[in-house]
Amino acid sequence: MEAASKAARRLGTRGDRPRWLLAAAPLALIAAAVVLFAALGAPGLGERRGPPVEELAVERTVLRPGEIELSLRNSGPDPVEVSQVAVADAFVDFETDPPGEVGRLDDQTVTLAYPWQEGSPYAISLLTSTGATIDHEIDVAVETPEADAGFFGLMALLGTYVGVIPVALGMLFLPFVRRVPASWVRVVLAATIGLLAFLAVDGYLEGTELGQEGGGAFGGVELLFLGAGLAYLALAGLDSYLRGRHADAEAAGASGWRLALMVAVGIGLHNLGEGLAIGSAYAIGALALGAFLVIGFAIHNTTEGLAIVAPLAAGERPPLTRLAALGLIAGAPAIVGAFVGASVTNPELSTFLLGVGVGAIVQVIVQIWPSIRDDGGRSLYPASVAGMIAGGAVLYATGLLISV
Amino acid sequence: MDERTSTDGPAPERNGGSERRRGLSRRGLLAGGAATGAAALPVLHGLVPHQGVHSALEGDASAAAPTHGEAGKAAHGGGSNGPTFRQGAAVDHAANGFNPTEMLRDFDWGKTRRLPSGRVLREWELVATDREIEVAPGVHYPAWMYNGRVPGPTLRAREGDRMRVRFVNGSEHPHTIHFHGIHPAEMDGVPGIGAGLLESGEETTYEFVAEPFGLHLYHCHAGPLAEHIARGLYGAFIVDPKQGRPEADELMMMMNGFNTNFDAEGNQVYAVNTIGFHYVNEPIRVGRGDPIRIYLLNLLEFDPINSFHIHANFFHYFPTGTSLEPTEFTDTVMLGQAQRGVLEMCFPHPGHFMFHAHKTEFTELGWMGFFEVGGASDRRRAPSAFCELPYKGGA
Repeated sequence: MEAASKAARRLGTRGDRPRWLLAAAPLALIAAAVVLFAALGAPGLGERRGPPVEELAVERTVLRPGEIELSLRNSGPDPVEVSQVAVADAFVDFETDPPGEVGRLDDQTVTLAYPWQEGSPYAISLLTSTGATIDHEIDVAVETPEADAGFFGLMALLGTYVGVIPVALGMLFLPFVRRVPASWVRVVLAATIGLLAFLAVDGYLEGTELGQEGGGAFGGVELLFLGAGLAYLALAGLDSYLRGRHADAEAAGASGWRLALMVAVGIGLHNLGEGLAIGSAYAIGALALGAFLVIGFAIHNTTEGLAIVAPLAAGERPPLTRLAALGLIAGAPAIVGAFVGASVTNPELSTFLLGVGVGAIVQVIVQIWPSIRDDGGRSLYPASVAGMIAGGAVLYATGLLISV
Repeated sequence: MDERTSTDGPAPERNGGSERRRGLSRRGLLAGGAATGAAALPVLHGLVPHQGVHSALEGDASAAAPTHGEAGKAAHGGGSNGPTFRQGAAVDHAANGFNPTEMLRDFDWGKTRRLPSGRVLREWELVATDREIEVAPGVHYPAWMYNGRVPGPTLRAREGDRMRVRFVNGSEHPHTIHFHGIHPAEMDGVPGIGAGLLESGEETTYEFVAEPFGLHLYHCHAGPLAEHIARGLYGAFIVDPKQGRPEADELMMMMNGFNTNFDAEGNQVYAVNTIGFHYVNEPIRVGRGDPIRIYLLNLLEFDPINSFHIHANFFHYFPTGTSLEPTEFTDTVMLGQAQRGVLEMCFPHPGHFMFHAHKTEFTELGWMGFFEVGGASDRRRAPSAFCELPYKGGA
């Protein structure tokens, strides 16, 4: 009897009622209650007190000769209608697409006819139908580049300069790390942790700044944490999948490959954010495309190549194709980031992607951590601490060469 | 129409060159709904509002509301052609209950009778109400006003007349009417003196002798004062000198503005007679050579230093209108809040003449308009003294 009921429970039934019904019944009740509440117009609560709450976020600004185009999104609870627009205290003619008011979370493109001057700042005031003003600042007016073949070519070149080439150069340290004693390799790995930690903090700071800038229709700084959490969990899952699949190989000392791949993925996601910053800076004309910037990024990112090859110090001699794949995984996202950043100026997307980079890096640090343990099992010993400090210091110093 | 045009020489061309440039722009093509390419050019050129000039020549400048079509509106300003509200959009004057074009020449002499003493008694009723008005196309403002209009009615009397103003507060808020002029303390319309503050539903009568002659104003003096003025509770009050002024085409211009977001830091919309750019879309029609007198007042709140500038012309200026001798022959005057003056001029040339605040911020936020000077109208009189240079004194 007891055995039979156990079996029944295992099969998902209790008596003659299936178990799913126990979940479906409350779900159905909740749905019915929500529908009824909405259909009756929130009985007992009445109208909201006070005037409508009008919020519009400017998600993208495009400047063409004689024209300023704003992409608006309604980030508030009530519909908003842009009735008039003033630029630098002068009313201007404009067109809206689609016409009329903007519903909650809907978007609208407003095209202003205004003879703006290159290099000048502009204060744009959107006057709504209720007389409220929603202000938007253009820090420096620069014509927005057209997304043509030449533009994408330039972004690809930039991404290659700052992402792919430096990472590949850094990976040239592989013969060195394979020939030095294990204790030296541990110090190099510790330095890797130092520089990754620096990148994580850097990405976090940039993401919070960006998150606070956005209009917040889809959230602000929380998107950074959302991206970070997703990336961390996704990479942890990938890591545990790789471990399980190659359990035999791991035993044979192939963990170096897994670690190198994880580091490459983590750095790749970080470089996506870096490319994004470069691309959007270029789009708003804030990027001086000088040799100095490219050299700065190159030195900065060379250390990332070192981080990838450090786990490959022991084990078999790695084939070149695999190394090239690792290099591309780590470096090529900079190209993608530059594309996205230059063509989609969206603070929310950028915040989210910066979060992805941060989460990925934190996960990589967790991955590398066991590899720096010395023979006594300690992680923090003088050499490893010195390595971490050195890693952070190098990125700090090379970071001074870059300002995006 | 054509005949008249030829008498007056070539048809005046406003912004001729820039209109042509606009015709070539993408926006111009879209606005005209015309086909692309060179063919669009003459089509668009035909749409620009020369018809406004021609129709003014047909008769009395003040008769009949101007009939500008959508195409005419679409041709004013925009881009380098200057500031404009969104083209194609218009204020619903009927819903507002007043039209700035009609307000220009709307002088209210009151209900008049002669008292046994020989003195003239003029009676008015002013009712304060609250209503939302459209101060720019699509932009609504919760105004407080006298007799359903902003500014309130232009009250007009002759020096020495007895004025009796019954005030009914139909607003939800307490108000008064404070007249500028010379009168007893209890008729001053300030809280705590005489009738003091009138609560919602209350009424009182202000009574005094119209003096001194000149251009004055009235406004609510309830607190907070800035808000009660900014919301629209004000109007012009003209006292004519006993002997009158030389006959002229008279216009009342109240320089005002609206702080629609209530931040008390300047205004979002600036205007003459409430609706920004109104006289751009409907130019003020006057006859060439006609004597013109403007009663100009400034009741701008929050950013109160205003000015008036006329293009291609000069005027004789009588500060506060309290003297019959002008103090200045100029094309620009500056007025602080509640300052006012009388301007006398005439237009020797036909065409469109801009007027605006020579505080360009106000100009580009709505305070600009045009005079449309047509041929001599029915109003034309013998040349008045103030059409001559230099001024020779009241005719």
